Amino acid sequence: MTMPTLHEVRDAIRAKKTPSSQWVARTIRAIETLEPQVGALLQWDADRALQQARAVDERLARGQAVGELAGVPLLIKDNFCTTWGATTCASKILANFHAPYDAHVVEKLAAADAVIVGKTNLDEFAMGSSTENSAFHLTRNPWDLNRVPGGSSGGSAVGVACGMVPAALGSDTGGSIRQPASFCSVTGLKPTYGRVSRYGLIAYGSSLDQIGPLTRDARDAALLLKIIAGHDPRDSTCVDTPVPDYTAGLDAPIGTLKVGVAAEYFGQGLDGQVRSAVEEAIDVYRKAGATIVPIQLPHMRYAIASYYIIVTAEASSNLARFDGVHYGYRTARPADYIDVYCASRQEGFGPEVRRRIMLGTYALSSGYYDAYYLKALKVRTLIRGDFERAFEEVDVIACPVSPVPAIAIGERIDDPLAMYLLDVYTASANLTGVPAISVPCGLTAEGLPVGLQLMAPPFAEEKLLRAAHAYQQRTDWHTRRPAVAFDEAA
Amino acid sequence: MADTTITKTEVRHIAHLARLKLSDEEVARFSAQLSDILGYMATLNEVDTTDVPPTAHTLPVRNVFRTDEVTAGLTLDAALANAPQREGSFFGVPKVLDQGSGA
Repeated sequence: MTMPTLHEVRDAIRAKKTPSSQWVARTIRAIETLEPQVGALLQWDADRALQQARAVDERLARGQAVGELAGVPLLIKDNFCTTWGATTCASKILANFHAPYDAHVVEKLAAADAVIVGKTNLDEFAMGSSTENSAFHLTRNPWDLNRVPGGSSGGSAVGVACGMVPAALGSDTGGSIRQPASFCSVTGLKPTYGRVSRYGLIAYGSSLDQIGPLTRDARDAALLLKIIAGHDPRDSTCVDTPVPDYTAGLDAPIGTLKVGVAAEYFGQGLDGQVRSAVEEAIDVYRKAGATIVPIQLPHMRYAIASYYIIVTAEASSNLARFDGVHYGYRTARPADYIDVYCASRQEGFGPEVRRRIMLGTYALSSGYYDAYYLKALKVRTLIRGDFERAFEEVDVIACPVSPVPAIAIGERIDDPLAMYLLDVYTASANLTGVPAISVPCGLTAEGLPVGLQLMAPPFAEEKLLRAAHAYQQRTDWHTRRPAVAFDEAA
Repeated sequence: MADTTITKTEVRHIAHLARLKLSDEEVARFSAQLSDILGYMATLNEVDTTDVPPTAHTLPVRNVFRTDEVTAGLTLDAALANAPQREGSFFGVPKVLDQGSGA
């Protein structure tokens, strides 16, 4: 039996059919079995998890109230602050950092009585599209162990894909939930910017970062979003609007759904098999009665340039706090005060992090600020205008997630620009703040997963999830499992 | 953005601004890589952004206030718990005064 959905596990615990301690024990066995092959986690605490599971089981046995996700084992990305274990961001500079507070979403999961079993691997400080930039170890794709799981939330995607847990949380700044979801054949959602509090998410690009779920399907993503979304006064960019029950109304008929398709997403550079799978997916909507509407997003070709200037500029500012003074790694023998900063950062940060800090610093520096940073912000306005106009005509936009399926380990690691170009279809959603989801829509001839991306207007997650769910009711790609997966007799 | 080549001198200057201590080999490597990346960024020059306002933030932002009452914060011990060097109730650092290298 492979790991069921979040809903199924949740219901089985609630109905006292299978206790939480059994599910959590299974997760731990899965982790111990699969970790030598996939390396999805940076840390896990079996004792703590089992203790929490038993506590939930006891409360249920006594008929006491429990939270909405009571007893369900989950994983979270290791850039979320937790007061237990370490919070490393997969960086040497935070290898022994113990956060003094829990992230808002961690508190929400705890209030729902979920059991967070461990923290997953990522590209260092979420900077990357393959999880190869982790300072600690590689994470391998369970669909092909010689390939990357995608990034930066590679560990979380793998944890769900190979059945360690029914769901996980990741973060998405330029595609970091959606792209690994597509490489690993799971469902990954980036909510609207401001929908979920970033308090306790170690910042990479503050105007772009958003936390979201990686799950087996859209229904599970809706449940997890319902739990983590909502106002938090500790994040001033978090909106104070009601959180709908995203799981309600998912089964509503497709009706007159208008699906926008932009030629800009299907041009040069798109792998032929990815193109076919996505076109077939769009056809599923057509056959279901949706109207496919051609739209134009003329500034999309500038999205990567605009994104990488803005995100590195913001990152250079956000990562200035890692200076070897108050927390994190400090160099052993600083020559003087300035050397505490320079040597600690040089020794503590990996090459990709340092490269992005350099790029961002340059873009913001005197003499270049207008030409790079300000220019990128203006282009961002134009990209946003394209999306606003498109959403006047369509309900959702359908396109690929990634131009290629999972790349081989080491394939692009020496070519930063080639790696950045993996984000070509995903970065626009972060630049504009719109919600976007990746759902499995096929397998290539080599057996590699392909993802379909759907985008909706800001705060239209209900519409987005309904559209994704409608696709999953008519197809079964999201039920496929990789060869490397935890499967034991029920 | 006419010339997108970053010289090694510029790389060293940026590294100093970013408080990074790059090796000579890295200065050379970053010079090539950053020039390459900035060359790609130059495509933004194709876009006419006259009279286009910049978007720093996708949501309309305004100051968020709370009532002026004392709430719990980090305790001293919590704040110092991750200090690389603790001196009583302070973070210990090398001497700041009489440093020649300055800003």
